[in-house]
Amino acid sequence: MPPDALIDVRDLSKSYRVHKRPPGIGAALKSVLRRRYELVKAVEGLSFQIAEGERVGFLGPNGAGKTTTLKVLAGLLHPTSGAVRVGTFVPQERDPRFLQLITLVMGQKQQLLWDLPPSDTYAMNRAIYDIPRAQADDTVRALVELLEIGDLVNKPTRQLSLGERMKCELVAALLHRPRVLFLDEPTIGLDVSMQAKMRDFIRDYNERYGAAVLLTSHYMDDVVALCPRVVVIDHGRLIYDGDLQALARRMRPDKRLTVRLSRTVERADLEKLGTVVSADAAQAVLSVPSVRLQAVVRDALAALPIVDLTIEEAPLEEVMRELFGAAAKGNGSTNGPPNGPRDDAHAHG
Amino acid sequence: MTGAGTSTPARPGFASELGRAARAFPTLLRIGVSEVVAYRAEFVVWILTTNMPLVMLAIWHAVAADGPVGRFDQKAFTAYYLGVLAVRLLTSNWAVWQLSMEIRDGTLSAKLLRPIHPIIALCADHLSAVPMRAAVISPVVAILIWSGWDRLLRHDVVLLLVLLASLVGAWLLIFFAMVLMGSLAFFVESALGIFELWIGIHAILSGYLVPLEALPRWLRGAADVLPFRFMLGFPVETLVGLLDRHAALRALGAQWGYVALAALAALGVWRAGLRRFSAFGG
Repeated sequence: MPPDALIDVRDLSKSYRVHKRPPGIGAALKSVLRRRYELVKAVEGLSFQIAEGERVGFLGPNGAGKTTTLKVLAGLLHPTSGAVRVGTFVPQERDPRFLQLITLVMGQKQQLLWDLPPSDTYAMNRAIYDIPRAQADDTVRALVELLEIGDLVNKPTRQLSLGERMKCELVAALLHRPRVLFLDEPTIGLDVSMQAKMRDFIRDYNERYGAAVLLTSHYMDDVVALCPRVVVIDHGRLIYDGDLQALARRMRPDKRLTVRLSRTVERADLEKLGTVVSADAAQAVLSVPSVRLQAVVRDALAALPIVDLTIEEAPLEEVMRELFGAAAKGNGSTNGPPNGPRDDAHAHG
Repeated sequence: MTGAGTSTPARPGFASELGRAARAFPTLLRIGVSEVVAYRAEFVVWILTTNMPLVMLAIWHAVAADGPVGRFDQKAFTAYYLGVLAVRLLTSNWAVWQLSMEIRDGTLSAKLLRPIHPIIALCADHLSAVPMRAAVISPVVAILIWSGWDRLLRHDVVLLLVLLASLVGAWLLIFFAMVLMGSLAFFVESALGIFELWIGIHAILSGYLVPLEALPRWLRGAADVLPFRFMLGFPVETLVGLLDRHAALRALGAQWGYVALAALAALGVWRAGLRRFSAFGG
């Protein structure tokens, strides 16, 4: 484990024994006498490390093993094999000092007491985490201010909107000032502006307290805004660990050129410049190799009635889709790449 | 923060964890009471569904009209079943429902993330209903005192102390039995089915339906050694003066022995089950 690593996952595997039976009354009766089980490998030989203060996106398609890994890291699940450490603790031992160190926020679950105001949950957590009253009050005040929730904490939870509840949930999860944040889809179901506020808040907390953040999200905007580094898994196996931008450049070296037009142009004129991703009367999006970008921009400005022009990396969703597609084709991932040390520029898939 | 090479400092001792839980307990109780108050209407309606002792009282009252059944005349039956109603309402808790549900749907996860043993939190949660339960049973107790004053506790202070200890013991014994059965949900899908079976046996062998003295001799023998009597019958028998000091103290010892056994069994099953916890959905 590197000396500055706060989270150390080595060759982690986790399997579930799942009862399986076909539909129908016959199969139901048969299963009473003879139950059939199947071993599901949720995580296989996963290794990575995270340093204190680092923000890491933990990505993968549905069923890739992200939530299972987070639950192992949070001490909820016992690994089938491998070793996991958070700080100096083995999570599944659930040492109270370990539980003081971490928090796990799951976007679709809540710890707030449903019929009582969030302030009662905070009082309960203050007692459970044995936080001095003055410190707890200070933390609540600071978090309430950051999240702009004011008097909401005194309304019964059931009367709050989803976004308000999520903000109050974060206060409850952070009241003990954890140094490790496991965030599983923290912005799910929130509107765009609320998502942006949550991202700002998470970044602010990370910078203020030096907390390590491991984030899973299907909203790539969350990942782009928060995580310079991503760990990508598929079928429980590591397929990439490294810099997000490097991954994007590697998987999609082309740039995305978007031009707003003052009048309709022929598609053939656009195709001379690059691959047309989309085009309508007012706007066209072209995919252009980085090496040709300068020349293409010059030619476009000369040949097209351009009102506005922007250059971006390819959307992360596309990068991920391509990465998962490459893994599924068997370019190493499903047969298991060697889970070697972190490589900032190497996609295992 | 140190790396893997650094050894973990020794885990705080049991006393330290217990001290921490003790400091949190008053707040947990206060929050629990607030929750009970929030659910007050549902709570009272639910309590009022416990009417079987009154049904049994009506039946036995009619039977005893022709003459006493053993030591029980009509007044004794009245005292007994009012005692059953009061003790049952005061000491029963249904932690099995909550625990098995939380294990099955994964919501136990949130409780496992807190640095307090989930069983202690569950205990506070259910203990916080006791004040409201006490308020609800106060009219029953008033009628019991009015109608059976001449026999209650044989007017003996020692029996009063035994009663108080036996009520605490009954609550704990039921609680740990519930935790034990609820924790079976880690292993089997039908933990609540086992509980339904338990309820049936408990109704007969605890003295809930019939005073244990009125059971056939062979069944009475079984009831005396099994734990069910100590969950209900024993405190009621002490309350309505069916036990002398010697018998009550002996039963109290047996009851607390069962409390210790139930606690050990419940925590053992819990600990073994936790390794199998899948946290699906949670």
